Amino acid sequence: MAACCALALLPLAARAQLTIEIVGGAGTQIPIAVVPFDGESNFPLGISGIAGADLQRSGLFRMVDPMGVTPRPARAEDVQPAVWRSRNADAVVVGSMRPLGDGRVEVRFGLVDVVKQQTLASMVFTVTQQQFRATAHKIADVVYEKLTGSPGVFSTRIAYITKSGPRYQLLVADADGFDPQVVVTSQEPLLSPKWSPDGTRLAYVSFENRKPVVYVQSLETGQRRAVANFRGSNSAPAWSPDGRRLAVTLTKDGASQIYLMNPDGSGLARLTNSQSIDTEAAFSPDGQWVLFTSDRGGTPQVYRTNIVTGAVERLTFDGNYNVTPRPMPDGSGFVYVRREGGSRFQLALMDYATRQVQIITQGPGDESPSIAPNSKMIIYASEAGGRGILAAVSSDGRVKQRLVAPATDVREPAWGPLPRS
Amino acid sequence: MRNLILAALCALVVVGCSSTPTTETGAPVEDKSGATVVPGGASTSGAGTGNVSGSNTGAGSMSVGNPLRDPNSPLSKRSVYFDFDSFVVKDEFKPTIEAHARYLQQNRNAHMTIQGNTDERGSREYNIALGQKRADAVKRMMTLLGAQDQQIETVSFGKEKPRNPGHDEAAWAENRRDDILYAGEQGAAERAQ
Repeated sequence: MAACCALALLPLAARAQLTIEIVGGAGTQIPIAVVPFDGESNFPLGISGIAGADLQRSGLFRMVDPMGVTPRPARAEDVQPAVWRSRNADAVVVGSMRPLGDGRVEVRFGLVDVVKQQTLASMVFTVTQQQFRATAHKIADVVYEKLTGSPGVFSTRIAYITKSGPRYQLLVADADGFDPQVVVTSQEPLLSPKWSPDGTRLAYVSFENRKPVVYVQSLETGQRRAVANFRGSNSAPAWSPDGRRLAVTLTKDGASQIYLMNPDGSGLARLTNSQSIDTEAAFSPDGQWVLFTSDRGGTPQVYRTNIVTGAVERLTFDGNYNVTPRPMPDGSGFVYVRREGGSRFQLALMDYATRQVQIITQGPGDESPSIAPNSKMIIYASEAGGRGILAAVSSDGRVKQRLVAPATDVREPAWGPLPRS
Repeated sequence: MRNLILAALCALVVVGCSSTPTTETGAPVEDKSGATVVPGGASTSGAGTGNVSGSNTGAGSMSVGNPLRDPNSPLSKRSVYFDFDSFVVKDEFKPTIEAHARYLQQNRNAHMTIQGNTDERGSREYNIALGQKRADAVKRMMTLLGAQDQQIETVSFGKEKPRNPGHDEAAWAENRRDDILYAGEQGAAERAQ
């Protein structure tokens, strides 16, 4: 329809960018000094600052001021542990940036554990200036993994929907909010973006045909296809972990039921069989189960069905509104949205091993959770000052961030996969 | 209260229509202000009881003999409202549903879409399913009353297209709603965007 155009990733004006504010931090933070890289001031964009901001934003690190240490170390072997221990740093990041003369830049970085007096990482990258941000995120990923034991997610991207007046946009940005790119613009609602596991495509729901229709769009070419456009409503796409199947909710046979199809729309097969609402499918990380929301027991609750045997199991029992299950990528449990009282919506995390539920956000209007691929952070839609914003919370509920874009409603976040190395 | 709001909405619709050339019943037209105007059709939102005297100047341009556009016909009522978390059709809306079922039975070429809507609370996707269930509830009544299955497509907008953008019980009550649209018409929820 003319009301909607699919674009091959056009850059946005910088003012539409998300800004991330840290609202609360972890109980224990690793004290780390990120020393400005040698030669960095010769370039319009430094790398150490971006990497340091990544680490700080994660809430797991406390930044130790490196100013005044002379000579300023640029290599791991130049780091004098005693100097940094006296500043209460546990770890130090150093590096250098050197032009190679052909437009490319050699970036070196080292990570030193000054408590154990060990070099934990030492890497060299040959990059263009356009790759400085990506290089900084990669360095932050390495530091995060070496010091916390979990992969960093600073090199990932997020998808989200904005609404400005009558205009809806689906955007993709770096995980720190930079470089937002428009994927689709429409005068009708867009929702439920979901990344293909390889990060090359997005499935989403568009109302441009005066009803919900599921599209799959390539981020490289901008080409897209209506993969579920049956009679009735078509919504709630979810990718299988191998990227070969898409779960969708269709009403073509009556009630909202979950079907599986190939991502080109072929090979349709019904997955759930009830007279009730079955929707909001999400695959378990092993691909064996589909978690979903159903009101078959009288109130909306989270269930799972085995995609081979069809066995169905109810997973939530506490409360009368538990929806939007999102399995943890590490297989430990799932995040969902629970309603408290009449209209307070909070995120909760159920642990499979203990069946314990932990409430991890305050609400009152939290929805659409999406979990980082390292299972450490959850991004979700919330409200502030009467507008939709994105927020993020660590899976232990302690680290909190808000992602705010000026003068627009932001909603429906989807955390992208780890980049392929 | 709701009837007052609807009467006011209806008056706006009729005034809007009267200023629009009514040559066809087809696709919506974009005017220069960006607002979408539906030519010729009082296509929306119930309560079209014709008692908005004085502003009802569009009456003369309505197609004579089309009961869908007669504000005095029960067919001009196009909305069915629901309670919180409910898809049970309340008795007060049964006459409207019966009138439309009868029209579909008598006009086998007529087709309609029932658009289900919810209030703003809760999961977007679950609300799409809930809105669908509301649309299906009305469709089921109509088919029991003689309409044919293929005459009615049910779809859901969930909470995505609220008619009332407010955040209180009055707004929520107005948004928990099915809209009935015949082929070629455009709905209130769509105009409100």
